[in-house]
Formats: sequence, structure tokens, C-alpha cells
Amino acid sequence: MLAKRIIPCLDVKDGRVVKGVNFVNLRDAGDPVELAATYDREGADELVFLDISASVEGRATMVEVVKRTAGEITIPFTVGGGISHVDDMKRLLRAGADKIGINTAAIRNPQLISDGARKFGSQCIVVAIDAKFNPEWGEWEIFTHGGRNGTGIRALEWAREAERRGAGELLLTSMDADGTKDGFDVKLTRAVSELVSIPVIASGGAGRVEHFHDVFTEGKADAGLAATIFHYKEMTIQEVKDDLKRKGVEVR
Amino acid sequence: MIAIIDYGMGNLHSVSKAVERLGYETVVTSDAAEILAADAAILPGVGAFGDAMDNLRETGLDSVTKQYAASGKPMLGICLGMQLLFSESEEYGAHTGLGLLPGSVVRFQGDYKVPHMGWNKLSFLQSSPLFEGLEEGHVYFVHSFHVKPELPSDLLASVDYYQPVTAIVGRGNVYGMQFHPEKSGDLGMRLLEGFLGLTKQQQ
Repeated sequence: MLAKRIIPCLDVKDGRVVKGVNFVNLRDAGDPVELAATYDREGADELVFLDISASVEGRATMVEVVKRTAGEITIPFTVGGGISHVDDMKRLLRAGADKIGINTAAIRNPQLISDGARKFGSQCIVVAIDAKFNPEWGEWEIFTHGGRNGTGIRALEWAREAERRGAGELLLTSMDADGTKDGFDVKLTRAVSELVSIPVIASGGAGRVEHFHDVFTEGKADAGLAATIFHYKEMTIQEVKDDLKRKGVEVR
Repeated sequence: MIAIIDYGMGNLHSVSKAVERLGYETVVTSDAAEILAADAAILPGVGAFGDAMDNLRETGLDSVTKQYAASGKPMLGICLGMQLLFSESEEYGAHTGLGLLPGSVVRFQGDYKVPHMGWNKLSFLQSSPLFEGLEEGHVYFVHSFHVKPELPSDLLASVDYYQPVTAIVGRGNVYGMQFHPEKSGDLGMRLLEGFLGLTKQQQ
């Protein structure tokens, strides 16, 4: 059976890793390629690069980062952030990315999911969903711009549409759990996992090793993503995997 | 020199870089003479079986690949490249493959997630120079169709995904890996190294 995946996420701006990174043995802790190679060695199953560059130059730099990363690491990686055209996808996939993450652009233009899936295959298209509980609805709403803007779209409905249009995977971030370190949003993750038949990557809220166990078992997630806790060495990927193994969850 | 056969399907960059990291020179090429002169050839591939065979036929690389296999030098098909080694596929209609190994490519069918995507644990079924001295571990798969080899003797390793799934095949100098060794961490690199090592035994 498939192993549950542990995925560190790197925020990259103008070709440099942002959000403080606390690796002591790196020559250059801001170099995304070196950091990616380190996570590869430490047992990450996959990586996500989130490009938060705001300029055209910054985006062009990302293509270079992808090219260099593809030559250095031996695990698959996804690139997301600001991708709004099939041509952007093509450029990044050509440079060596395995998957493309799309978020806001897909909400504005859902056809982007269909076009990308048809052109490159569903396995290349990851739809990222930022969801927050809407108490009036009694279910989750999609938010954009780091949780500031509500869209009025129901997350579960959108998850199903993304799948129908050919998404190969969902990267599901709970805006309620993100940054709390109190654990993943198990309820949200489970609701989405039970609804769709494509893999779900849970994101937001990881603070202790056992949180991964919770989201894989109760939350039915296929993968768990985290950033800060790995960057700041609050836990290592190996510690997470050891805990999962001990509890009988298959990991690599 | 290791030839990565370029027939317009998929990402050749990662495969070529992985081979280079193992200390071999590579050439990504669609040139018949260059391919036939190489010490080993790799047939990669991502995409649909029918399109891939069309591309191989149009460029004449189908006969070059068969000629290479007949030369006795090591050849490796990766992912779709492995499936192409077989007789036929049912992916979007019936298609004839290279026919270097007998067997067919069939769709995953059942109440489970397709594509089979992620890390799965290999079981080695017989001894092979590819994984001599290696321990069984996880490698990375992405595929919606899988190979049913006709002869058990061609099946070197499998994984379990609601059924036994063909992971490594081999007969003589012709090998195939359904997973992506270039995306499969340390074990993937060791398996690729095992294949490339065959070029040394030959000399």
C-alpha cells in the first residue's frame, strides 16, 4: 500500500527562501536548492515551493530555481504561487517540476484546471484550497489572500469541482488551524477526504509529531505538509516518521 | 556514454541529471547513430501509450530501440518507457507496443484511487544484478495503467496496490522500471546505479 507522505513547504521570494530558516549546517540558508537537498537527505517524501514573488523578474528567477532543484534532488516537487496560465505551467514543468499548484487563478478561472489536466495529465495538477469555517453556513468557505478575502464559495463544493475538472491532488490548508500549532484541522480534512477520490494533502496547524498521526488516521489524509516546525527544527521529518511507524502507519 | 532516447514524451532532464550524478556522461538524443553507439540506453516517458508509439514510429526510433535491444547492451525503460517494451496496451484503444517482452498493459480497475501515485514498497521476486545487495524499500510511482507480463520469469519486483503491481521487469539486457528511479530517493538512485553498472560488466 502507499506510504503516507511528509512534505515540507518552502516559501520562495525572488529566488530566496523567506520565513527564517534555522538550519545550522547550511552554507547558505536562503538558497532554496540547498535547503531542498537537505530535506531530501532528511527523508522528505516530496517538497512544495510556494513562489511569493510579486514581480516578473522574481518569477523568472523561480524557473532557474526549479531547474537547479531538479538537478539536485531525488524526490518529486510541486511549484505553486501566482500561476495563472497553461504557459506558466509548461515553463515550470519543462524546467523539471513534477507538479503545479494552482489556487486563486483556478477560483477565478476553473477552466485552468481542466486545461492543465488535459495538457499535462491530472498527476501534474494540484489544486490548493484555503478554507475557513463559516459558522453561518455550518461548513467551510474558501478564502484567498492569506485568509483575508472570503469568496462566498463552499470549500466542499469546490473540492468536488476541482476533482471533476481533473485535479490530481488537493492541497488543503485550514486557515483556522494555520499558525496555531494545535494540530491539523482533522474535521475539515476528513470531510474533504471522504468526499473526493483523489489524494488530499493536509496543511496548517502541525505543532507536534502526533498531529501527523491524527490527520492520517482520523483525518484520512494522504500527506501532511508543514513549514515552520521543520524549518526551525522543532521536529525532524525522521521524528515524525518514527512516531508514525511505531503506531503502525506505513511511511517510507 | 548513456543515451537518453528523446522522442518528445516527458521530462528527460531529471533522468539525465540523475545519471550524471552517478558519474556517467549522458546524451539526450533522437539520433539513431548516437543511440546505437551508446554503452546503455534509457527509454523514459510520461504520457499516453498510443501517442508515444506514434512518436516512436514517426521518428523511426521504434526500430532503433529494437535494434539496440538486440545488440545485447543494457537498455532500461522507465514508467511509460517500461510499458512500451511490452506487446500491447489497452490505453484509449488497442495499441501495439515494441514487443520486446510478452505481456499487456491494462487499466487499474476497482474502488480505489487511480493514478497509483506515491511511495510504495518493493518486493524483490528473484535475484537480479539491479538490486544485488539492496534492501527492499519504497519507490515513487505515478501511473494509471499497469503491466501484466506473460512470463513470471520476466517479473523481477512488484508492489502491492490492491493487487500485485509490476514494478521491475527484466530479461537478458532489457530492463524496465514502472516507478521513477530518479524521483525515488536513495533506493531509486541505487537501482539506477545497478542498471548503469551493467555497462562495466560488459567491457
